[in-house]
Amino acid sequence: MIKLNKTLATVALAGSVVAMSMPAMARDTISIVGSSTVYPFATVVAERFGTKTDFRTPKLESTGSGGGMKLFCQGIGTQHPDITNASRRMKASEYELCQKNGVSDITEFRIGSDGIVIASSKDAQNLELSLEQLFLALGSKVPVDGEWVANPNKSWSDVDSSLPNKPIRVMGPPPTSGTRDSFNELALAAGCDALPEAESLSKDDHKAICESVREDGAFIEAGENDNLIVQKLIGDTDMYGVFGYSFLEENADRLQAATLNGMVPTAEAIAADEYPVARSLFFYVKQAHVGVIPGIQEYVDEFTSNAAMGQNGYLKNVGLIVPPRDQLMNLMDKAENMPKLALEELK
Amino acid sequence: MTDQRSQAEIVRQSLKRRYRKERRFRAYGILAIGVALSALVILFTDIIGKGYTGFMKTSVTMEVSLDGDMMYLDDPTDSRQLKMADFVEPLVQALIKELPSATEQDRDDVRGLINPYASVTLRDALKENPDWLNTTRTMTFLSHTDVDVYVKHAGDAAYSIKLNDQQKAWADELLERGVIETSFNDTFFSGGDSRDPSKAGILGAIVGSLLTMFVTLILSFPIGVAAAIYLEEFAPQNKFTDFIEVNINNLAAVPSIIFGLLGLAVFINLFGMPRSVPVVGGLVLTLMTLPTIIISSRAAIKSVPPSIREAAEGVGASKMQVVLHHVLPLAMPGMLTGSIIGMAQALGETAPLLLIGMVAFIVDVPGGFFDSATVLPVQVFLWAGSPELAFIERASAAIMVLLTFLISMNALAIWMRKRLERRW
Repeated sequence: MIKLNKTLATVALAGSVVAMSMPAMARDTISIVGSSTVYPFATVVAERFGTKTDFRTPKLESTGSGGGMKLFCQGIGTQHPDITNASRRMKASEYELCQKNGVSDITEFRIGSDGIVIASSKDAQNLELSLEQLFLALGSKVPVDGEWVANPNKSWSDVDSSLPNKPIRVMGPPPTSGTRDSFNELALAAGCDALPEAESLSKDDHKAICESVREDGAFIEAGENDNLIVQKLIGDTDMYGVFGYSFLEENADRLQAATLNGMVPTAEAIAADEYPVARSLFFYVKQAHVGVIPGIQEYVDEFTSNAAMGQNGYLKNVGLIVPPRDQLMNLMDKAENMPKLALEELK
Repeated sequence: MTDQRSQAEIVRQSLKRRYRKERRFRAYGILAIGVALSALVILFTDIIGKGYTGFMKTSVTMEVSLDGDMMYLDDPTDSRQLKMADFVEPLVQALIKELPSATEQDRDDVRGLINPYASVTLRDALKENPDWLNTTRTMTFLSHTDVDVYVKHAGDAAYSIKLNDQQKAWADELLERGVIETSFNDTFFSGGDSRDPSKAGILGAIVGSLLTMFVTLILSFPIGVAAAIYLEEFAPQNKFTDFIEVNINNLAAVPSIIFGLLGLAVFINLFGMPRSVPVVGGLVLTLMTLPTIIISSRAAIKSVPPSIREAAEGVGASKMQVVLHHVLPLAMPGMLTGSIIGMAQALGETAPLLLIGMVAFIVDVPGGFFDSATVLPVQVFLWAGSPELAFIERASAAIMVLLTFLISMNALAIWMRKRLERRW
């Protein structure tokens, strides 16, 4: 029994040793946070970087653009991340938060584009929508005889007689997703603005009305898992889905995409900003960490290299819509000089 | 007399109805078990049906001519040369040689059959065996994931085949000749995470889980048992201990994400511990498992009959001797069972780890408690959300591995209860 007593004491001691020995350690792995849209691209770069060089493979957390900015701007030091990815530009308020916490020198990289598509099974009737029609189908409130009322449109043909006579059922990302933010901003708000009634809306009303999706069951929130939406679309030909272009490309033989304002979402159309629901992707580097955490400069060089983002680069194979050659040259210059981002650029 | 007969009559009349009720009641029970079982069967067939192919890999075995001129390499020990050398060319040439119908012009299509990381395998092989330079070797490489999907899932509606017709014909030809083979997927058990499904493995996640569980066990078991002993054997019965008891029961029902928030605020922001490390994960899961262990340990202590304590006290044992020599050894099996069940719960947890940064893409297998790490259920979560379809089967395979761990832990708990527990 004394033995048991001793064992217990040892275990307790070992436990407290583990708990107490918390060294403020130096970090030798790059820590990257941010957007789940950039995550599939950044992870590929990180892995290539890890196998190609002698540095450790960077650690990537998918926290969402906003969550990433918050962590990134928390301060300087090894417990804070070195790079954050974003599927939108840094906001002025986030820049100010960074400044307040001593993260003064930031470099911005615009790494290409992503499109948001409205897709369905190849067996379904494809949609040819204008953004205006999209808003009338999915907005929470639409104008009827000059009054904003809860969306009465039950089927696509209620929106416009040229559209199929099928109930409106669209699966899409939840409000926590950056894809949903972009969809609201780029697709719905743009469609809303095309309506003459939108002109008289006040700024607050505009945001509340033009950037909100109906909640009466026509728009189904499917969680962050886009694979699930794809599975649903293949099984149900009346269903349409909203997700990022890379998922369309991965399932190109089974899905088709609706045209928006007459544009088919192709890599070319998105890169040229002709497809209306396209957005740029970014990453931000904390300059104070370059040279302190080993490998940041080399990681940025790898990301902006021709092997990664060129016209035949490996990022293209995973669905990134790569920037044209002159923009890539710009990025390489940026990687070399690391210019500081100024507040004026974000306003 | 008449009264009695009529009562028997009433009973007899209602008998049929009562039997019917009884049968219906039993049928409900059987139905409930049936629903639960069929849900389980559906779950398992779905996971196993989707996931068993994840335990197979597709590889290409061919004769590679390691020609120094072709690779721009004359000294494989020179790291500068290794960086600049071309390790793709020998692979493409070797495969063109295997395919009589392929020519120089088809090099892009041919290249699409081999894994993009095969060149890294070749580089590492040369680094290790510099004398292989300018020889011809039979080597095995992973196939491209598209080939892997084609070989395993041609004709399956859930997968889309991305090879073109020419590549399909070649893949069929090579498969027939045995150049392309499917075999047991050892890569899956020996590698860390990867964005290439063929190269992805769960070793990193398993090691991360073990490290995290070790921290959890070493902290939560002694603390939990000590708390239970004090509360059960020493603490006075008053309002304050009642209050503690109620709160321990409440803690057991708190959603696990709350413990993640607590961990973020206390361990990371206040104590400045690093993100994504097993120590912090273990600490957070300790907080989550403690109530379970305390409650089950208290139940185990309570089930030790008072006569044993009285007998020990009767021969002059002190309170501490009673507890350490008699109560604790008798209660130990119950305590261990509770701890194992608590640990199994912690092993399957993802939500609290999200907030402390353990939901992350980590390629290197962690080597210690302060290395970035992820855990098994997180790996499943990450793969299930990946756009590449080939990750679906990997995710299901990882679920099977996780379930194996969980089932064996629960089986161990049942076995210990059966074997070691004493009844009075």
